[in-house]
Amino acid sequence: MIYEFFYNLIGSEIIAGFIAASLPLLIFILPFALVAVLLERKVAGHMQDRLGPMRVGYHGILQTIADIIKLLQKEDIIARENDKILFNIAPVLVFTGSYAAFAAIPFTSAYIGANIDLGIFYIIAVTGLVVAGILMAGWASNNKYSLLGAMRSAAQIVSYEIPTILVVLTLVMFTGTTNLMTLSENQTAYFWNWNILGGPEFSLAKILLIPFMIISFFIIYISTLAEVNRTPFDIPEAESELVSGYHTEYSGMKFAMFFLAEYANMFAVSAIVSALFFGGYHSPFGYLGNTLGIEWLIPVEQFFWFTFKGVFFVFVQMWLRWTLPRLRVDQLMTASWKYLIPIAFVNLLIVGIITLL
Amino acid sequence: MNIYDLIFYLFALLTLVSAFFVVTNKNIVHSAFYLLFTFFGVAGIYVLLGADFVAIVQLIVYVGGILILLLFGVMLTNKITNVEIKTGTINIFSATIGVGLFSGALLAAVLYAPWKESSLQEAVPTTGILGNLLMNEYVLVFELLGIILLIALIGAASIARR
Repeated sequence: MIYEFFYNLIGSEIIAGFIAASLPLLIFILPFALVAVLLERKVAGHMQDRLGPMRVGYHGILQTIADIIKLLQKEDIIARENDKILFNIAPVLVFTGSYAAFAAIPFTSAYIGANIDLGIFYIIAVTGLVVAGILMAGWASNNKYSLLGAMRSAAQIVSYEIPTILVVLTLVMFTGTTNLMTLSENQTAYFWNWNILGGPEFSLAKILLIPFMIISFFIIYISTLAEVNRTPFDIPEAESELVSGYHTEYSGMKFAMFFLAEYANMFAVSAIVSALFFGGYHSPFGYLGNTLGIEWLIPVEQFFWFTFKGVFFVFVQMWLRWTLPRLRVDQLMTASWKYLIPIAFVNLLIVGIITLL
Repeated sequence: MNIYDLIFYLFALLTLVSAFFVVTNKNIVHSAFYLLFTFFGVAGIYVLLGADFVAIVQLIVYVGGILILLLFGVMLTNKITNVEIKTGTINIFSATIGVGLFSGALLAAVLYAPWKESSLQEAVPTTGILGNLLMNEYVLVFELLGIILLIALIGAASIARR
């Protein structure tokens, strides 16, 4: 455990916990964002039958680094009519919200930032900071497109939080824990033990549960897609109507912070979906470390599978972006309130009844 | 003073200073955003007191729900319909009496209430205990509250349906 390592090193549990919880930024979020931005552009390119970035490095591998250097050099523009204080706080708040979520995500069985008992609810709670930050950015920009984008984004996130929470509730009821670490641990090392296939216990209920678990998965995937403002739910940024939504007025590093937060969020929701339904960090086929008897290999493998599952769902998000058209505002609200929430409710009841059987 | 105390005073300072700005700020949107930090500071203090579930609920309900609703209301009236909302001081005399009485009552409550003191050093997860209490001792109240919230949700959905 990394927390114990720091605890032995420093001797203060508060500082050790603090360091352990803030590690994902360096070891994960920044490298991931580097890869994901390039991946997004490459996926976009290849899906549209073009090549994407090709000039910087072999097949454009260094493109993101060049972009970062460009963003660092850019002038930090604050327009005269902007609300200066709020304008400067907003990107920090948005980034803090998405970064804080990583503290409760189990990366391997050996590392979780903070093994809190209410992991999944903590993540839902800190997402509130993102919404507040987005509203702040939109309002402080003093620009009608920014404000409209922020309003749409906040309304969308708040609406789609309900089906997300209902599905999370279904899973909490089924597994009896809100701790993401325990949740992942329970779905032991083979893919037929995953929650999407009815959990680790073999019984009639497991087979009955499979269709409802698949429904739950689709609901939570759709609603998390809306929560991170990805297509088909990207009306907050709808380029053709709103320039680029709430971050229209931002430039340089502040824009980069919004961008980083967006990619961090994409991975966070993918990681949550995989922890809830697809075994978290567990390998689908058992561990090489177990067969060979090498103990330190297991966390490495787990980290690989965790990243693989997360990046796979991020890839599906990108794939959908170039496949589906954007929804209208009314369609967006219809999808959440009239379809996802009732289905999630019924699903919750059915899973509850089957679990009681 | 150890780190625990330091963090407590940090959160307490955050709560008090932002709460002060909430009431004194002239710009109502700024007040609403300062409220965010107040809620956050209170949640932090809950965590330090070992009330993890209450802290999370504080964040979900107040930051994720009430504050966003408040911001929406303020922003929609302020920016889109161009109505100037100002905060100011009126009726200073009666306000002072009211606030004085209320803070006196609060202070008396704080000083004379029979507080339960626990010598608990290690924070224990409270979710399971709370769940047991809600499902056994307070089950009727809990179910009633659940029904009220469900009615609100169904009502919202049916209004959206029109």
